[in-house]
Amino acid sequence: MRRGRRRTSKLRGRESRDGITLVAPVVLVVAAIIVVPIVWTVVLSFQDARYVDVARNGLFNELTLDNYADVLTSPAFWQALVTTVQYSVATTVGSITVGLVAALAFRDRFRFRAPLRAVMLLPYVAPVVATTFVWQVALNPQYGVVNAFGTQVLGWEHPVNFLSAAPTALGTVIVYDIWRYFPFAFLFLGAALTGLSKEIEEAAVVDGATPLQKFWFVVLPQLLPTVALLVLFRMVMAFNEFDDVYLLTGGAAGTQVASVRVFEQLTGSSDIGGASATAAVMAVFLGVALAIYLRLTARQREENR
Amino acid sequence: MSAVSVQSSVLRVLRVVVIVALVAATVLPFVYMLSLSFVRIDDLLRDPLRVLPQLDRITTETYRAVLASEEDGGYGFARFMRNSAVVAVAASALTVALVVPASYALTRLRFAGRSQVSWLFLAVYLFPTIIIAVPVFVGFQVLGLGSSLVGLVIAYVALTVPVSVHMLRNYLAGIPESIDEAAVIDGASRFQIMTRITVPLAMPTIMSTALYSFMIAWNEFLFALLFLSAKQDLWTVSLGLTRLADGQEVSKTVLMAGSVLLTVPIVILYGVAERALTEGLTAGADKG
Repeated sequence: MRRGRRRTSKLRGRESRDGITLVAPVVLVVAAIIVVPIVWTVVLSFQDARYVDVARNGLFNELTLDNYADVLTSPAFWQALVTTVQYSVATTVGSITVGLVAALAFRDRFRFRAPLRAVMLLPYVAPVVATTFVWQVALNPQYGVVNAFGTQVLGWEHPVNFLSAAPTALGTVIVYDIWRYFPFAFLFLGAALTGLSKEIEEAAVVDGATPLQKFWFVVLPQLLPTVALLVLFRMVMAFNEFDDVYLLTGGAAGTQVASVRVFEQLTGSSDIGGASATAAVMAVFLGVALAIYLRLTARQREENR
Repeated sequence: MSAVSVQSSVLRVLRVVVIVALVAATVLPFVYMLSLSFVRIDDLLRDPLRVLPQLDRITTETYRAVLASEEDGGYGFARFMRNSAVVAVAASALTVALVVPASYALTRLRFAGRSQVSWLFLAVYLFPTIIIAVPVFVGFQVLGLGSSLVGLVIAYVALTVPVSVHMLRNYLAGIPESIDEAAVIDGASRFQIMTRITVPLAMPTIMSTALYSFMIAWNEFLFALLFLSAKQDLWTVSLGLTRLADGQEVSKTVLMAGSVLLTVPIVILYGVAERALTEGLTAGADKG
């Protein structure tokens, strides 16, 4: 009995050692490249640091709250925060709505469904640099096809500065991102729809439910867990989005979202401390928003369990 | 007519409209890209509405110009593509090598800190990449990896590892552990179980993980911008395209050819492995 227990605990010890050995490389890479930089950022946000100071003194500069005072009293920061929230909410709601409509339209079999579904994912998998470039050219006032079509066929008086004039620029960036990310929602909602049992729906039809009632009362409630997950995921990604906005507008014309502002503080004015403080405050906002969201959806998740 | 049949027929029509509109919206930008890449720039400026070039005005000079090295009067995309390919292949190979043992351990072995690892990977996404990029860049400069493809590969591995672990772990969790136990009774060691049983069973998902990290690495832009801006001979395709597009001197249709070259490898890979990739990404999604 005693010997047996010792043997199991020895096996346990071995299992634990093996487990840690196998996971260690991944954890080390993530820690070195992601966690350490994040901690470093937080430290830097309490220092009045420029590149020279970081190069000379590393982490050990005088600690100060000035960066946070600067960030919180800067109108440009609050403007960037408002822009980020508008952008994140609009792209999240937009891409999930379009993705849901697409998933419903593709639910029943039709000819060429499989290849068309594959094609629909192209905006998501294609390189962002290539697709933003195509959009830039297509929307260009001088040689873009959209403005040519608008002025010559639709009778617009002037070409529209889609990407270089406020408030159109933010709207255009949002439309681009709905275009780029709806396939993601389409993919996940499509998978969730395939997983639903048809029996409940058939019962609803037998009871005389119209197609819209069937969607609203039977299908949608079953999709809500997936939708809630997608909202969470897309909000976080959109809140931290950099590439799309930077590549389309460079942050001009009222499209300076948080990440782009951080980038400009770093590269433009090489204000590392300020950039770090901006990023830290943004992360806190996101964290609080997530906590509220998780609290609000907690009951729904309980019910689904 | 009853409400049911009215709604049904309206929805039937709407469904076709929606499918046509969505397919058009996704495909047309790519058609535009492909077609402009064969247009002469003066033709584009003369008539921007003419998207498909006249047959006798089609040119492949754009591709020659964008691919040729700078000594030959081109823009060096052949080299950019080689850089991108090296980085993406290395990143995806390394990711798989790291992720397979880790996901195996996370699904099969009990050890201290197991659940913390999962939380760590989730927490990573709360912070914008830009804020990770700068300290990494400064740190790599100190180590002498700053302006090199090696540094870029390490960064890409770190970026793709969390999602890759998630994909593979979901899949492994679905393989019954009794297979492992049977092998243990037959006297197989942990390493043998992993290489002879787990890896072959999980091969489809391992492939989609590799593909996923290849795509992330091939498409990535921000790290390349911070690490390699100053070193033109190390530019990746994404970086090369944006750098050249910033100036006025390179014609847009030549850059369209560059966009096609940037996009085509991804589309081919995706076409080959679409099913594996989408199933890998949505694994566990139907469970909510």
